[in-house]
Amino acid sequence: MPPGVVLTDIAVAERLLDQPGKISYILVLPDQRPGLQPISVLEPELQLQTPEPAADAASLTDSFHLNLTAFGLLSFAVGLFVVHGTVGLAFEQRRPMFRTLRALGVSLRRLTALVILELAMLAVVAALAGLVLGYLVAAALMPDVAATLRGLYGASVEGGLVLRLDWVLSGLAMALLGTAAASAQALWRLYRMPLLATPGPRSWAAQSERGNQHQAFAGMLLMAGGILAMCLFDGLVAGFWLLGGLMLGSALMLPLALSHLLAFAARRTRGAVSEWFWSDIRAQLPGISLALMALLLALATNIGVGTMVSSFRLTFTGWLDQRLVSELYVTARDDNQGADIAAWLGPRTDVVLPIRSVDIVVLGQPVSLYGILPHSSYSEHFPLLSSVSQVWEQLAAGEAVLISEQLARRTGTWTGDTLTLLPDWTLPVGGVYSDYGNPTGQAVVSLEELLVRRPDTPNRRFGIRIDPSQLDALTVDLRDTFDLPLTGIIRQTALKDRSLATFDKTFVVTGALNLLTLGVAGFTILTSLLTLWDMRLPQLAPVWALGLTRGQLARLELLRSVTLAALTALLALPLGLLLAWALLAIINVEAFGWRLPMFLFPGDWLLLFLLALVAATAAAALPARRLYRTPPSELLKVFADAR
Amino acid sequence: MPAKPYLPAILLWLVSVIGATAQGFAGLATNAEGFEGPRPDVALQFPRDHGPHPGFRIEWWYVTATLTGADGRDYGVQWTLFRSALAPQEAPGWQSPQIWMGHAALTSPDQHYVAERLARGGIGQAGVTATPFAAWIDDWSLAGVGDARLSELSMNAAGSSFAYDLQLKSDGPLVLHGQEGYSVKSEAGQASYYYSQPHYLVRGTLQLPDGPMPVTGQAWMDREWSSQPLSKDQTGWDWFSLSFDSGDKMMAFRLRDGAGDFTSVTWINSDGRSSPIPNGAIALEPLKIADVDERDIPVFWRLVLPDRGIDIAVQALNNQSWMNTSFPYWEGPVSVSGSHTGRGYLEMTGYPPRR
Repeated sequence: MPPGVVLTDIAVAERLLDQPGKISYILVLPDQRPGLQPISVLEPELQLQTPEPAADAASLTDSFHLNLTAFGLLSFAVGLFVVHGTVGLAFEQRRPMFRTLRALGVSLRRLTALVILELAMLAVVAALAGLVLGYLVAAALMPDVAATLRGLYGASVEGGLVLRLDWVLSGLAMALLGTAAASAQALWRLYRMPLLATPGPRSWAAQSERGNQHQAFAGMLLMAGGILAMCLFDGLVAGFWLLGGLMLGSALMLPLALSHLLAFAARRTRGAVSEWFWSDIRAQLPGISLALMALLLALATNIGVGTMVSSFRLTFTGWLDQRLVSELYVTARDDNQGADIAAWLGPRTDVVLPIRSVDIVVLGQPVSLYGILPHSSYSEHFPLLSSVSQVWEQLAAGEAVLISEQLARRTGTWTGDTLTLLPDWTLPVGGVYSDYGNPTGQAVVSLEELLVRRPDTPNRRFGIRIDPSQLDALTVDLRDTFDLPLTGIIRQTALKDRSLATFDKTFVVTGALNLLTLGVAGFTILTSLLTLWDMRLPQLAPVWALGLTRGQLARLELLRSVTLAALTALLALPLGLLLAWALLAIINVEAFGWRLPMFLFPGDWLLLFLLALVAATAAAALPARRLYRTPPSELLKVFADAR
Repeated sequence: MPAKPYLPAILLWLVSVIGATAQGFAGLATNAEGFEGPRPDVALQFPRDHGPHPGFRIEWWYVTATLTGADGRDYGVQWTLFRSALAPQEAPGWQSPQIWMGHAALTSPDQHYVAERLARGGIGQAGVTATPFAAWIDDWSLAGVGDARLSELSMNAAGSSFAYDLQLKSDGPLVLHGQEGYSVKSEAGQASYYYSQPHYLVRGTLQLPDGPMPVTGQAWMDREWSSQPLSKDQTGWDWFSLSFDSGDKMMAFRLRDGAGDFTSVTWINSDGRSSPIPNGAIALEPLKIADVDERDIPVFWRLVLPDRGIDIAVQALNNQSWMNTSFPYWEGPVSVSGSHTGRGYLEMTGYPPRR
C-alpha cells in the first residue's frame, strides 16, 4: 500500500466517513466483454476518464532516474580518471622493484599476471566497500528521495529498500571492468617495459606535462560534442550530454589552465623562496591534477546545483506570495456546507473567493480546470509569465483562458493560441502563469462559464480576504458554527510554511549529494598528496639544506595545497554558473516543464570557496605534519641515497 | 491516486473473507454460530422459498442442462448463483453482509468455457426475488413468472468467449429431497434444505466462438440452503443428477469422509413422484481417473443401486470440465449406459491438487 492510504471495506468506509451511499469513483476494468452497452448510454451523467499515459508515474519519474543515472555515470567517469592516474603513478613508482624482480628471473608474463590479480583484488574490495556505503547512503536518503518524487511528480513510492543481487553483480562488474579500463595503459607499459630501462618519477611527470596539451584538446572536443548534441537534438538526454561534455571537458582542460596560471604567477614574483614555491607547485601539478579535477567537478556541481535550488526557492517563495493571496483557506465537508459557509462568510469578510475546479483532459494531458470570480486579488497578484492586454477583462467575459507553464510547454501552446478545454469549448489563451511543483497542468477560466458547462463542479474550497487582525476571531467563529475539522481551516502563513517545508525537504537529497562529492574530492587530494610523499622528500631535502626550517617547509606545503584549491575554486565558478544555466534553462524545462529565472548568490560562493580551502588544508595537514616531524637524519639520508 | 492496483487486493479480500477461516470445501463446514439451521419440522412453502434466506449462511440456485445442438453434438450448460452471508441478516446498501457469486459454464465434447462473477448484496448488483421469480448477478439472469413450481424460466449468461440464452419449461412438480426437503448430509446430523425442479425441457441458443448454435434438451434446477451443510471431516462430494431415457430420474450424492462416506439418493418416477433412499444403499465406484488441473479426478463411474435395478456406467462428456473459479471444482455433463441409458450432470468437489 502507498503511504498515507487506508484500505477498508466500503461498508466500513461509508460509516467512518459518514457518507452513506456516496461513491466517489467507479473503476472500470480495461478488459470488458464485447457487445456491452457503453457507459455513456447506460448512465449519461457518469463520465469515463481514461488515465493518460502522461500521468503515469513511471514515465514521469523517468527524468528523475535519468538525472540520477547521468550524475552517477559522471562520478563513475571521474572515478575512472582518478584510478587511471593513481595506477599509472603507482606503477611508475614500483618500476625499480619490477626491474629487480625481472632481473631475478620472474617472467614478464607471471609478473603481469600477478599485477592484474592484485588490481582485481583491490577492485573487489573497493566494490564491496562501495556497495556497503552505497546501501547505507541509499537507506539514509530513501525517505527524502520518496519525498522528492512525491513533491515533484506526485508519484507515490513504496518505502522499502531491498539489496538486489543484480545491483551487487553490476556493482562488482563495474568496478572490475572500470579498473581494467583505467589500468590498461599502465599494464601495457609494464608489459612492454625494457628490462634495463631506468626512468625515474620525473619522466612520468614530464610525460604528463606533455599530455596536458593532448588532454586539453580532448577536453575541448568533449565540450564541443556536448554543445553539438544540444544543437542537434532536443530533450533531456541531449541536455545531459551537454552537461557531461561541459563538465568532463572542463576537467580535462584544468591542468593546462592551472599550469599557465602558475607560470604566470612564477614570472610575476621576486625572491628565491617565492620563485621556488611557484615553480615547485607547477612541478607538482601533474601528480595532483587528477585530484584537482575531482575538486573542480565537485565545486562546479555545488555551485551549479546550489544556484539552481536557491533560484528555484527564491522564485518559489515569490510565487507563493503571489498565488497565496487570501488570508484564510477553508474547506467544507461537502457542497451544501460549502454554500452555507460562503453565505455565512459573505458579510463577515472583505471577499470570499471560491476555489472550484474539475479534472479534464486537454490534448492528452490531465488538467485541473479552475473557475474564478473576477477580483483584484487575482489581477494584482497572479504570477503571469506572458499575457495579452486586458487579460482579466477578457477572462471575466469568458473570452480567454489562462494556462499554467507546465501545460503550455507540454502542449506547445502559448499566449495567443487557442485551446480546446471541452469538446464544444475552445478559448484563446490569454496568458501563461507559473505553477511550480505541480505535477499536473492547470487552466483558469471564468467561474460563470465553467458552471454553465460543468454544473457538477465541487464547491467546497474558499479563499477569504480579511483584515489579518480579525483572523483569530473569525477562525474560532467559523469552527464553532460549522464544526469543521482542524484541517478544514488553514491560514495563508501556515500554508506557505508547509509549502516551503515540502520544498526544502525535496532538495535534501541534492544537499547530501553535494556534500558527498566535496568530501570525495577532499579525500582524493589527501590520497594524491600521500602518494606523492615518497617523491617529495628528495625534492624538499635540498631546500631544507639551503636553510628553510621544517616548520617553514610544512607551512609552505599547506599553502601549496590551499593555493591549488583556491585556483581550482576560481576556475570552478564560471563552470558552475554554466551548469546552473543549463539546469535552469534546459534540464528543468525538459524534466518538469518550467523555466526558472537565474539568481546569483555570491555569499554562497564565498562559503563554498572557504569550504574548498578548508578541505585542501585538511587534506594537506597530514603530509605537512609528517614533514614537520621528519627527523633531520631522514632528510640527510636523501643525499646519501644513490638513486 | 492510482486506483487500479487496489482492485486485485479488493477481489482478493472479498474471496478471503469467504474463504479465510473456512473449513471443508469452500468453508462449508465452518461453524454457523448465529445463523439459522435447517429443521425437519419446518415445511417448505412456495413460491416464498424460491427467494433468498438471509438468515442462513449459504444458499444456491443451480441449473444444469444437457443439450443437443443442431449439429448433432452434445452440449452442457451450467447457471449458478451462490449467496454467502458474512452475518445472519440483511441490511440496506453497502452495509449488507450478503455476498453473491455467479458461475456460468458451457461444455462441449472438446471445450469447456467458464465465467465467474462476484457481487455485493444490498446494492442491486445481484440478488433473488421470489415473486416474480428473478435471480441475477450483473447481466446474468434466471427469471420466470414466479409460480410455485417455477414452470417457466428464461436463463442467460455470458463469459468472455461464450454466451447462452435458453427457455426452460416444466410440467412436472417440484421434488423435495430427503424428508420433505430436509436433506441430511452426515451421520452427525448436518443437513440442508434441498429441493429440485428436474423436469425442464429446454430450447434456445448457445453463442460459441464459431457462431450461434440452436439447442434443445433437458434441464434440472437445484435449490439448497443451509448454514453448515458439511461436518468437519467431510472433504467434498460427488453429486449426480441423471435423467434416464425411461423417463425416470435419479439424484445421488456421496459426501466423502475419511471415516466413511455418506450417501443419499432420491428416485424420481417419470410421473414426478419421488422417494428418498437412505445412506449406504447406493455404491459409487470410480473406474477411471483423469488428470485435471494437476489433480486426480474420476471421470468414469459405476453406480449400483440394487433396490431399483440400477447398474450403470456414467461417463463425462468432457473430462476437462474443470470450473477454475474462486473455489475450483469439476462440473459437467455425463452420459449413462448399462442397465439404464440417459444423460445427466456430475459435480465433484474437494479433490486437492497432487503434491
